[in-house]
Amino acid sequence: MNHLFTYTLRLADNALVLGQRLSEWTGHGPFLEEDLALTNIALDTFGTATSLMEYAAKVEDKGRDADALAYRRNEREFTNILLVEQANGDYAKTILRQVLVDAYNVLFYTELAKSKDETIAGIAQKAIKEVSYHYRHSSSWVIRFGDGTEESHNKIQDALNELWRFTGELFEQDETELTLIKQGIAVDSKAFQSKWEKQLDELFAKATIKKPETVFMQTGGRKGIHTEHLGYMLSEMQVLPRMLPDAKW
Amino acid sequence: MLSKEKIFDLIKEIPDPEIPVITISELGVIRDVIVNGENVEIKITPTYSGCPAMQQMENDIKAVLKQNGISDLKITTVYSPAWTTDWIPEEAKEKLRKYGIAPPEKTTEDKSWLTGKSKIILCPRCKSKNTKLISQFGSTACKALYQCQDCLEPFDYFKCI
Repeated sequence: MNHLFTYTLRLADNALVLGQRLSEWTGHGPFLEEDLALTNIALDTFGTATSLMEYAAKVEDKGRDADALAYRRNEREFTNILLVEQANGDYAKTILRQVLVDAYNVLFYTELAKSKDETIAGIAQKAIKEVSYHYRHSSSWVIRFGDGTEESHNKIQDALNELWRFTGELFEQDETELTLIKQGIAVDSKAFQSKWEKQLDELFAKATIKKPETVFMQTGGRKGIHTEHLGYMLSEMQVLPRMLPDAKW
Repeated sequence: MLSKEKIFDLIKEIPDPEIPVITISELGVIRDVIVNGENVEIKITPTYSGCPAMQQMENDIKAVLKQNGISDLKITTVYSPAWTTDWIPEEAKEKLRKYGIAPPEKTTEDKSWLTGKSKIILCPRCKSKNTKLISQFGSTACKALYQCQDCLEPFDYFKCI
């Protein structure tokens, strides 16, 4: 098994699927500035996805390019975590999903930038600056929703109740990760789990919202076992290259 | 074959596709020029991971070099060291200001925003300090949207990263 390929593809899938979800807001944002904000965040996320996908294709070395990986794999072959594929819902849900990922990404990419794999480290160094900026945006909105009106407070609290069950996967480790952690290539996410939780607890306190007490953490994304949402998303994302293979702009 | 310096001179004046008052070399996108016999390799670094102008910059570099008889050309993307607005020289920042875009304030060493303090961004038109952030995200990946409270003009701010 090619662990480096598996690992790089997972990171690429996380970025690609989240980018696709965010881009669904383009033209539909609650107002112009937020429409631009989410579109910009989607663009950064796609940028990271492209770099990672290209590297994954190179590591695999079986003649598949980044486009083939993005457009010609089925749902069961996607290895993203379940959190990023969750449907956008209302704006509070999109923002809550984003803050969980952004807070994680800031810590994750900071560690990944020290990877012994130079390409991965370089992509991570680039991503840190962008995800830090994204966190500023999403965290400020969580507070605004939380301490805003009763309506906005309920919406962000509902989003947290619904999405928290997908956060366990952020810290899962399997053979691929454990092998690459030993080699100094992958990030040991467990090492910063408590820091991530503390940071979010502080944010949720400011926003006057509470995370659910006991939750059964959902899992499966890395094995290709997804929630119902991913298939619909991929069918829309992949329709053109599937209908007109090798179409060029 | 042209020398490394000559090739750099040919491409350094190519304007940024989205902000044509500054050049791609002022922006710090060109990282290296490597001449190996007949083969030329240009190393570039993206400003933002997903910046759509990068493809245009590559095409512009290819076009300029082709006009000068260089066809055996490879453009590679490097990620490290990560691009920073600290690489933009003062003269280029002044050009941005004259164009109506507030240039990145200070350097990325200034971490005061992390503690919630926001930087004072001068209005590029009337130089007023009385400006406010409208949106962290603007018309391109590299800019945020501000408004001057004195002359009331909205303006782009080139984000400091």
